[in-house]
Amino acid sequence: MTVLMTLAACAIGTLLGVLAGLAKVALGPTLRAPLDAATDALRSVPLLVQLTLLYAGLGILGLPLNPFTAGAIGLSLYAAAYIGEIVRGGILAVPITLRKAARGLGLTRRQEYVHVVLPVGLISALPAWIGVLVGVVKDSAIAAVIGYIELLRTAQIIITRTQEPVIVLLAAGVFYFVICYPVSQLGARLEARFKL
Amino acid sequence: MKYDLRFWVVWEAAPDLLRGAQVTLLIAVATMVGGLVLAFPLAIARRRDHGLLRSGAAAWVEAARNTPCLFQIYAFYFGLGAFGIFLDAWAATSLALLFNNAGYTAEILRGGLAAVSPNQMKAARSLGLTERHAYLAVIVPQVLRIVYYPLTNQFIWSLLNSSLGAIVGLTDLSGVAMVYQSSTFRTFEFFLVIGAIYFLMAKGVLGLARVSAWRLFRY
Repeated sequence: MTVLMTLAACAIGTLLGVLAGLAKVALGPTLRAPLDAATDALRSVPLLVQLTLLYAGLGILGLPLNPFTAGAIGLSLYAAAYIGEIVRGGILAVPITLRKAARGLGLTRRQEYVHVVLPVGLISALPAWIGVLVGVVKDSAIAAVIGYIELLRTAQIIITRTQEPVIVLLAAGVFYFVICYPVSQLGARLEARFKL
Repeated sequence: MKYDLRFWVVWEAAPDLLRGAQVTLLIAVATMVGGLVLAFPLAIARRRDHGLLRSGAAAWVEAARNTPCLFQIYAFYFGLGAFGIFLDAWAATSLALLFNNAGYTAEILRGGLAAVSPNQMKAARSLGLTERHAYLAVIVPQVLRIVYYPLTNQFIWSLLNSSLGAIVGLTDLSGVAMVYQSSTFRTFEFFLVIGAIYFLMAKGVLGLARVSAWRLFRY
């Protein structure tokens, strides 16, 4: 169940984040300001508070969603804020010489963006993006606060039932580690390849 | 919308909320300072080529970075109970955040140490300084300049993550809000207000960091 929510949050978050990053680069200052403010708010408030606020707020507005959906939406927004910044950084890091060369070869603005800026920019943002995904996997544990029964909450339930905290926590820890460590190692390898 | 917002309930709870904010700041500062102190040996140990110190430091850092913060809090709160060490929420959250912070900060410092040219160490040694004195007087000031903003980010991160202590009963800002919302059912109002307080705290820390950087790093 952790995996399901994490995958959903990663997918939606990446989609929103890429759109947000592109918007931050392309839009003018007035349209960009609310986007920047939203990103700022999403990154300066703890995820615990954000999820509870979302869950309670949705209830007030009259659409009570189940914890899974609310948690997935909350995690997606949180991830999208970070990914938006990463994408923006990646796109801005494309060397200006490359872009001038593309224009010099006769590509239109749109062609330049689609064939030159985006491939180079997004791929250079890949290691940081993988880091955010690992963070989402770990933060899915916090969704327990809105009642979603995921890995860590299940572990807690088993602990109260069997009174064997060490073994159960060790198992849960190994589970998280086995999911996160290879992904972060992959990110580190990718980062090393980009440096050279 | 059949709901009337009642913010005066939050206003009445303000003294407790402020006390909770004090706890949050205290824990964040204590774990950041402690984490920094622990992270220097960890970072230096990780830079070695082989040996038990390197594996031990690597194990700590990788465990801290690849498991959720909440899980680490549970490990200290529930897990240590099996060994007879019963920590209260305050101690468990602080130790867990210390563990977590040390791991992340060690990675930041490792990057910073790698960015300082090895010639600095060679020059310091050839001038007769011991390795320890060379680190303290030559390398560390340069590293602190390089890693200042990543460290600020890490401090804000640990400030925000201290809210997880509320799940095991800590009476920090989120904990106080949880207690009040369970008695008044005003979840939205309370969490909106503490969200704003966390935002202001994070912005305050960032502003303080910028001002201090301007003062500290004047050549």
